[in-house]
Parts: sequence; C-alpha cells; structure tokens
Amino acid sequence: MKVGLFIPCYVNAIYPEVGVASYKLLDYLGVDVDYPIDQTCCGQPMANAGFEDKAIPLAKQFEELFGKYDYIVAPSASCAAFVKENYPRLLQKEQHFCRTSGKIYDLCEFLHDILKVDKLPGNFPHKVSVHNSCHGVRELHLSSASELNIPRYSKVRDLLSLIEGVVVLEPQKVDECCGFGGMFSIEEPSVSVCMGQDKVRNHMATGAEYITGADSSCLMHMQGVVSREKLPVKFIHVIQILAAGL
Amino acid sequence: MSTKHTKAADRFIANKEQETWHNETLWMVREKRDRMAMAIPEWEHLRELAAKVKMHTITHLDQYLEKFVSNAESNGVIIHWAKDAKEHNEIVYGILSENNAKKLVKSKSMLTEECHLNPYLINRGIDVVESDLGERILQLMNEPPSHIVMPAIHLKRQEVGKLFEDKLHTEKNNSDPTYLTRAARQHLRNEFLTADASMTGANFGVAETGDVIVCTNEGNADMGTSLPKVHIVSMGIEKIIPDLKALSVYIRLLARSATGQPVTTYTSHFRKPRKGCGMHIILVDNGRSEILGNKEHIQTLKCIRCGACMNTCPVYRRSGGYSYTYFIPGPIGINLGMLKSPEEYADNVSACSLCYSCNNVCPVKIDLADQIYRWRQNLDSFHKADKMKKMMSWGMKFLFMHPALYKTGLKFAPVVNHLPRFMLYNGLNDWGKGRELPRFAGESFTEMWKKGKVQTKNK
Repeated sequence: MKVGLFIPCYVNAIYPEVGVASYKLLDYLGVDVDYPIDQTCCGQPMANAGFEDKAIPLAKQFEELFGKYDYIVAPSASCAAFVKENYPRLLQKEQHFCRTSGKIYDLCEFLHDILKVDKLPGNFPHKVSVHNSCHGVRELHLSSASELNIPRYSKVRDLLSLIEGVVVLEPQKVDECCGFGGMFSIEEPSVSVCMGQDKVRNHMATGAEYITGADSSCLMHMQGVVSREKLPVKFIHVIQILAAGL
Repeated sequence: MSTKHTKAADRFIANKEQETWHNETLWMVREKRDRMAMAIPEWEHLRELAAKVKMHTITHLDQYLEKFVSNAESNGVIIHWAKDAKEHNEIVYGILSENNAKKLVKSKSMLTEECHLNPYLINRGIDVVESDLGERILQLMNEPPSHIVMPAIHLKRQEVGKLFEDKLHTEKNNSDPTYLTRAARQHLRNEFLTADASMTGANFGVAETGDVIVCTNEGNADMGTSLPKVHIVSMGIEKIIPDLKALSVYIRLLARSATGQPVTTYTSHFRKPRKGCGMHIILVDNGRSEILGNKEHIQTLKCIRCGACMNTCPVYRRSGGYSYTYFIPGPIGINLGMLKSPEEYADNVSACSLCYSCNNVCPVKIDLADQIYRWRQNLDSFHKADKMKKMMSWGMKFLFMHPALYKTGLKFAPVVNHLPRFMLYNGLNDWGKGRELPRFAGESFTEMWKKGKVQTKNK
C-alpha cells in the first residue's frame, strides 16, 4: 500500500510538527509513505470565497502529483473534504476524470476506517476538549452530527481512547462552527471573532488543558483568539496526541 | 472588504449583551428542536420522505394545482391567480371593495410580507390589523419581522411592556408576560369583533381535498375567520401537497423543527366558506415558476418556512434578522433573496461560514449551504464579487501554481513573525480584529522533508 501524504499549505508553513507527527504515525503503522515535494494547496480558500475556477488548475496539479497512490491522506479534514466533494465536479468542467476524490482520507478517518488501528503506544495524561469541526463532522462524518437522529459515534474519540491517560471532553454546542470559514473570517470579522470567542469559552468550560481536533484551520482560528486574550488553554492536533509515544 | 450584512452585523454585535441573549435564545429553540427530533426514531426517514414528496409535487405542479383548484371550487371557494405581488394586492383590494370591507384582520403570512400588502392596503384606507401577537407588536412598532416564525424574537418583554404602555395604555413598568398577553388579547378581541374581512396565509394546500391548512399557536386564524363574512387566503403555488397522507408527514415535522413543539396548538383545515359567507384563495406565483426551471436552486421551493435553518445558523444568531437585506433572513433568506434579485440582495451571501448545519436541520433537506456556495461562484458575473477577495484568490492561485515560488515563500515566511506590530495589526488586517495572527514555523514541513529531517533513518 503506497500512501501519498498531503500536507496542506497552512499546515506546511505554520504547523509542520503536525506533518511530522502524521508521517511518524503512518510509518510506525507500517505504511509506505511518500511526500510529493511539489504539492501546494487544494484550492478550497479561493473556492469558498467564490472563485472555484481558480481551484481548477490546482485540482489538475493535485491529480498529477497524487493520482498514482493507493491512498492520499491529509491531517486536515476540511482540505480532504474539499478534494473529495468538489474535485470530481471541478475537473469535469475540463473533461478530466478525477482519480483522487475516491482515494483521499482525513488521517483520522484513514486510521479508523482503513488501518483500523486498535492499539497505540504512549500516554498523554491530560484533559482535552475535542473540536468537532464542521467539514469533519458534516462532510466526512468523523462523528455523528448533533442535528441528525443517528446513532452517536466519534472516530476521533475512538482513536484518542487508545492513548493512555487522556481524558476526552466535549464542549456544549458540541459541533458548532468556530467561525473560521476561510475568507469568511476576514469578510465578516465581527461575527467570526464572536463565534471564535464563544467556541473557545465553551471548550474551556469543560476544564480541558488542551483543545484538540482533526482540523488545524479551526485550531489556528481559535488560537488567534486565545493569544489575543491571553487565555490559559493550549492547542494540539489530535495526530500529535496519537503520535505521543513514538 | 465588507458587505451591508457585515456592517449591520458589526452594529448588532456592538451591543454584546443583546447579541449574547439573541444567540442563546435561538439556540434554546434549536435544542428544543433537537429533543423533539431525537424522540422520533424515524425522524431521518420522515425528512427523506418530506423532501421526496415536495420534490415530486413541485415537479408535477401543474397537475396538482389543477386538482387543488377543481376541488376547492367544488367546495364553493373562489380561486384567484396572481402572477406577481402587484396582482396579488389588487385582487385583495378588489375583494375587500366588493364586500365593502374597511377593516381586515390578518393572521401571520410571510407571503403578504413578500407582496408588501399592508402598506398597499393602508394607503387605500383599509384598517389592517395583524392578529399574531408577535406580528401585532411589530405592527405597533412599525417594524418588519426579524424571524419568519418568531417575528419579534429580537425584542425583550421590557421593550414590549414600554410599547404597550404607549399604545394599549397598560400599567407603567409592568412587563409581566401574562399581564401583557392579556392586554393584547383584550385589545385584539375588539378587533376580531369589528373586522369586516379576515385573511390568512397557508402552510399547506391539499390537492386531494382542496383544503387549506393553517398552523398557529394562538388560535388567531380561527378567531379571525370565524366572525367576518369574508375569508381571503394568500398562498404561494409551491404550498401544494398531494393528499392528507402527505400532510401527516409535514405536520409531524413542521412544529418540531420550528419551535420544538410536537405540534402547533391549532392545525386548522379550511375547506369551504361558512354559510352565507365567502372564501377566496389567491394562488401567487411571484417568481416561483421561474425557480422551477433553475436546476441549481429549485430545492428552495420545498421550503415549509419552519425557520430551523435560522435557529441553528451561527451567523444569524449573532447578527440578528435585520442584518440581512432581504425580508427573510438566515440561510433560506440568503437563497430566496438571490432568487428574487441577485443584484439587489448579493450582500447577504457573505453571511455564511459554510458550516452546513442548516442542511442537517432542514426538515425537507434543502441543500441550503451548497446553494450559498454556488451563489458565491456567480457573484463575479453580476459584478458583485468583492475586489479584495478576487485579488487574493488570483494571488493564491498564482502562488500555488508555481511550486518553486511556493517553496521560496515557505522559506521566507517566518520573516513576517518579526515585523513590527503596527505593520501587522492595522486597519487593513481584518484578521487582527480580535485575533492574533498565526506565527510561521522556523522551518516548513517541505524544508524539513528536503533536508531529510522527517523520514526515518532506514529510508
């Protein structure tokens, strides 16, 4: 099984440690991981802002770089969801058959559904509040969406339960948006900041030391609020916790 | 980078106490809705059924309308067709004139808001009285509704108390809800007794029977239609459903989704005129048949106006109904406004973080967020795209299409961390309003990979 590792642009520049943890974890689990060095961005920021045509050349570039792998994994639910949900339609506009959509997974989803990981070394003796991100929940179905009457589950929680010592908590309004939304955060700054502040407070009210989740973009947004207000809570990507013992 | 919605939201949020209260009040409604939805094991099946039946009906609308009309007519109802708001209003005025009616008592109807009926009639000397409590409060204030189901949800009881002191001469500083409701009831009782004609909207029109179904909690539709000689129903053509069996699906979903009640207090079926009285149904198009031909947005015609998408919307809850420029706010309002006039209502398209919660609460499974995403793609063609966003998207595409440039960018990005604060946080930085910028890592993942710092030794 050959896996292409997709490290989205902002993770690459701001949270490389999340990329390192992703690699370590996959490597530990015996996966043959490759990192196509010319990768950049999936195109979601432009598309959500209303310029999805600008994402088409990026989709083609992505296809060329990642089309050959058995699986593509990314430590970012939102980016994986964008490729999965939108690439077939975008590429069809140029009569290109999409090969990557059916093969891309958020890393948590990949660990849970494909590798079916049932044990991991290491311990993380901390209280963490899980951030159920919109695209992770409502597009990739990483956990049961709070609006739906379906059996409750959480793949992120299942994975975290493999790590010794970690206490997993969840905020009130369990999967409400943190207010990032790409360019939404700068086009509607008042609403976006307000959503971020509310979300951080709900996470902190659980008594958690860390806010964790599968989407670095949401964590980045909330971290912006926390740094501005100098609040006593830390951030860690869920993959970093899962790789804690490696 | 800002829209009319952004600016109005700024003003709403500036009053933090009001914003928090509004947000939490509507969230409470969402929670009530959740409790109801979770108590019905077949909830998701019902939503699926409701979506399919609506889609079937609107794609066979000609047949169902004919059936509805023929049944209603054989029940003794007079049918009118209005192609737009102007025709609708003229028809209403015509009926009132024929019956020499001077006072019209109305129950809640978003369609009459859409047609701007009240000012039209008032200008022609008709005394128009809204009888839904929320609508009456707003009429006394001369304000439009801020929510389609709970029109005065943005007001606190103290504000209502003050208004009633002024208009209904209630006791000073008494804002006890029971007291105020009783005062409104007494005031409205007289209006009901002296009205010459009544008007209701329609939640559903049943083709099989010709029935018009009106759901209320206050019984005001029943009170209003029980006394005057004329009952006028204003109904959008998309409100038709095939039969009573289908109605049972929607009745189970409507109040649960809207207010978290198992059912509204009154579900009234109006089938024929009372003895010696007249009943009229005005079937209104006003742009609906055009939406039928719009593949990307046809699903908006499934809407049963429950307002659940507003209650769950994190943006609506924090910006209030008046921050939108169309008379229907929230996710469904963004879409309906764009269908009405993209040039006029494009400012609402920014009011969405694409969280998709609206799609999940919608009882008829309208792809609300997906539609907003699609409207954004079209803004540029109406010359309504934000120039800054356009430039940023172009710039990002350029950067990301040149991997070598991207890698150089990654290498030098950390320099930004050391820029003086005034260069990073100023009027140009919308992120900096309430948030610190993220700090670039000393070394990007790509750099680390190139230097072999990531890969395990044996590779």
